[in-house]
Amino acid sequence: MSRIGKITRRAFLVGAAAVAGGVAFGVYKVRQPIPNPLHPEEGSAMSAFLIIDQDGVTVVSGRADMGQGAQSTLAMLVAEELDVDWESVTLAHGPASAAYYNKAMLESAIPGADYNQSSWLRAVGESLGEVGKLLGTQITGGSTSIKDGYEKMRLAGASAREALKMVAARRLGVALDQLTTEGGAVIAPDGTRLPYAELAEEAATLEPPQVEPRRRADWKILGTERPRRDMLAKVTGTESYGIDTRLPGMKFATVRMNPYLGGAMRRFDPAPALEIPGVEQVLDIDGGIAVIARNTWAAFQGAQAVEIDWAPADYPADSEAIFATIAAAFDDSPNSTMRDDGPETQPGTEITAEYRLPYLSHAPMEPQNATALFEDGALTLWAPNQAPLVQQRAAALGAGIDRDKVTVHTTAMGGGFGRRGESDYSNLAARVARQMPGVPVQVTWSREEDMTHDLYRPAVVARLRGVVEGGAAKLFDAQIAGQSLMAQVVPRMFGFPGGGPDRSLVEGLFDQPYRIPSYRVRGYTAEFPLPVSFWRSVGSSHNGFIHESFIDEMAHAAGRDPMDFRLELVRPESPVAAGVLEAVREMSGWDQPRRPGTAMGVAMCWSFGTPVAQVIEVEDQDGRIRITRGWIVCDPGVVLDPVNLEAQMQGGMIFGLSAAVHGQITFADGAVEQWNFPDTDGLRISGAPAIEVRALQTNPHLGGVGEPGTPPAAPALANALFALTGTRARELPLDRTFDFVL
Amino acid sequence: MPIPLTINGTARQIDAPEETPLLWVLRDELGLTGTKYGCGVGACGACTVHIDGEAVRSCQVTLGDAWGEVTTIEGLGTPDALHVLQTAWLRHQVAQCGYCQSGQIMQAADLLSQNPNPSDDEIDAAMSGNLCRCGTYNRIRAAIHDAAGQMQEASL
Repeated sequence: MSRIGKITRRAFLVGAAAVAGGVAFGVYKVRQPIPNPLHPEEGSAMSAFLIIDQDGVTVVSGRADMGQGAQSTLAMLVAEELDVDWESVTLAHGPASAAYYNKAMLESAIPGADYNQSSWLRAVGESLGEVGKLLGTQITGGSTSIKDGYEKMRLAGASAREALKMVAARRLGVALDQLTTEGGAVIAPDGTRLPYAELAEEAATLEPPQVEPRRRADWKILGTERPRRDMLAKVTGTESYGIDTRLPGMKFATVRMNPYLGGAMRRFDPAPALEIPGVEQVLDIDGGIAVIARNTWAAFQGAQAVEIDWAPADYPADSEAIFATIAAAFDDSPNSTMRDDGPETQPGTEITAEYRLPYLSHAPMEPQNATALFEDGALTLWAPNQAPLVQQRAAALGAGIDRDKVTVHTTAMGGGFGRRGESDYSNLAARVARQMPGVPVQVTWSREEDMTHDLYRPAVVARLRGVVEGGAAKLFDAQIAGQSLMAQVVPRMFGFPGGGPDRSLVEGLFDQPYRIPSYRVRGYTAEFPLPVSFWRSVGSSHNGFIHESFIDEMAHAAGRDPMDFRLELVRPESPVAAGVLEAVREMSGWDQPRRPGTAMGVAMCWSFGTPVAQVIEVEDQDGRIRITRGWIVCDPGVVLDPVNLEAQMQGGMIFGLSAAVHGQITFADGAVEQWNFPDTDGLRISGAPAIEVRALQTNPHLGGVGEPGTPPAAPALANALFALTGTRARELPLDRTFDFVL
Repeated sequence: MPIPLTINGTARQIDAPEETPLLWVLRDELGLTGTKYGCGVGACGACTVHIDGEAVRSCQVTLGDAWGEVTTIEGLGTPDALHVLQTAWLRHQVAQCGYCQSGQIMQAADLLSQNPNPSDDEIDAAMSGNLCRCGTYNRIRAAIHDAAGQMQEASL
């Protein structure tokens, strides 16, 4: 039997791997069943993941769609076992429920480099993952959806298939092993077809059979090109994002919160707003105001018109002071030393450098919003979000009611990138709705409010020291300082303290598959209440740049080709990582003569279980620089959904390049200086390179695809710019230093 | 005083202040939510619609200034009767989050109506006002070329 254990009728229980030393605390409790949250009015809920009715098969996942396509891939996992036509499968997001806890998310919290975890360490991690049920982490993020669902969803499909066959066997009086399944029906030896819909109700009452998922060699759907099930809605304007929620009698609203983040509101005057046509009410929502109006635009106009006296924020007032506070953390003892190999010194040529990366906004295309209805002491929430149980808690706090009085509907998201794992938008919508009992209200933030009230990718300062000798790296010492993301996120999301060594500050730096005799990474945390949070690829978003830029600096100091230099360090440590470098070398024509006026840069980062190597080509066009082409090679172990994998890798690279070229959030007089896309843009089609993607399948462990494409993009570009211009970029964004054709 | 406006072939009388941007008339007054709000300043293209066949940013055109017939993504094609661009978008699996794609498709439709066979540079020039944070640009280019080819074949 698979490690994941027994499938039960009402819940998916997970038998914990035997772990010595009591690492998985509360195991007895996490083994308790969780009620199936699905109560379909029609059709039969085979499990928390599957509903079968006359219309076909609905695969219910606890994972939300923010564009990454995981729902579709999860449905492929079920469909592979269930023998249904792909076209008949529909997708749904499950309700806020611990039944959809994300085990893989918690596994990713274990210390140590992903690439060299032993099977024992993975077992520890999997048991730690059990704790996810206690925390109720129904979260979409960390590139974990498929890692989490890979076995669960296949077992759900296999178990349902066998239960359907058992019912058919009884009805037809045919032995179970004489039956086959195909196209959403059980087929008898005489050709009789019993559609699943006719069998499902009875099958749902059976104790589900325990069967192994099919062997990879027998897969018919997984690994093949399948259209995403949400594509038709998304190209016809019929997909319903959170902002598209429309309810009878619904009012439109917006909020305006203190631009000095976290500061109080001293007083406000609503009178100028109430003179604007369409504005109906101005509400005090503690720390800011909400304007209720006939449409969102009138609400925006009203919110700007309210005169407000704001109290200051409790963090340094401008970017210079903020960076000085961050750098001061180097004077304290480290928060973590997650890599500490070899002596402090090595003979050879020493180089040093300091890198500095800015805060970044998430800026998903759909601005923050949520819709809420407060009625009879209960709140119903429609929110585009990555973490329904976190929304439930935040909305309950906002409405002043118990969590069990909050119902969360998770809508499609117009982008997430980590922003929608937070819950401020749900909290604010609840604060508004509680003042309007019986009236549904949609609270939409303006783009300006969204950009100036984000929870930002932390800014960091890194001090690097490297020693090269005889053409090879002998010492790599990185010290990095920044705000501790986990110290903020854990209490905000779950309500308990989150201290201790913060892996997110040093991931992408301490855990890279290079063999260097002296290899040391220390993290230093600066504590101040400027809001920070997860941003696509989290710590690797800055550390990929720092690590891979400095490796490039060391290669040049050693007089070596950056590709050769890397490969010699990586090969002895990880053949899988060396594989992606070798493949991208071949694919990009790295060793071919370069076109005149062009240069290439390479970077590799192992994050979220997947090593990704990228090469970027830049071209001098009359003194300006165009980013012409990109090549990506990744190794997620198994390619389940090739069309979506390519999309995620391309998108991950564009997201990384956008931040590298344009991305910054700066502060002046306590407030964010960037308000809208003209202030901090993303790459446009005219500045985006043509990208080729290749996926290898040699990694022994299944890795993620949503985030790992981002970290290598910025350093590959910066390394290409160095090769072209001789200027080393140690600060971002690059448009401060280089003149791009965009 | 209601303002007359033809949207997706239907003549309507719209009872809203004339300074209201068309975007919000469509979304909040009429419930046509396929047109998206992204920036409100004409910088992202998510709200692109056609007026008399020309792509415009609906957040920058007031109800009172709308000078012709409005077509939104809902009027370009439907799930049962797709526009050639929508078919190409499906074939190339362009959308990720999909939020910007209504605007992308409306902008591309304007491009192809003026230039039935655009080069990569012409696509870049026409489409660079439409931001996609998911980074679907490679597939947008491919889908536009594909749709252009389909349209030319159909016209032969």
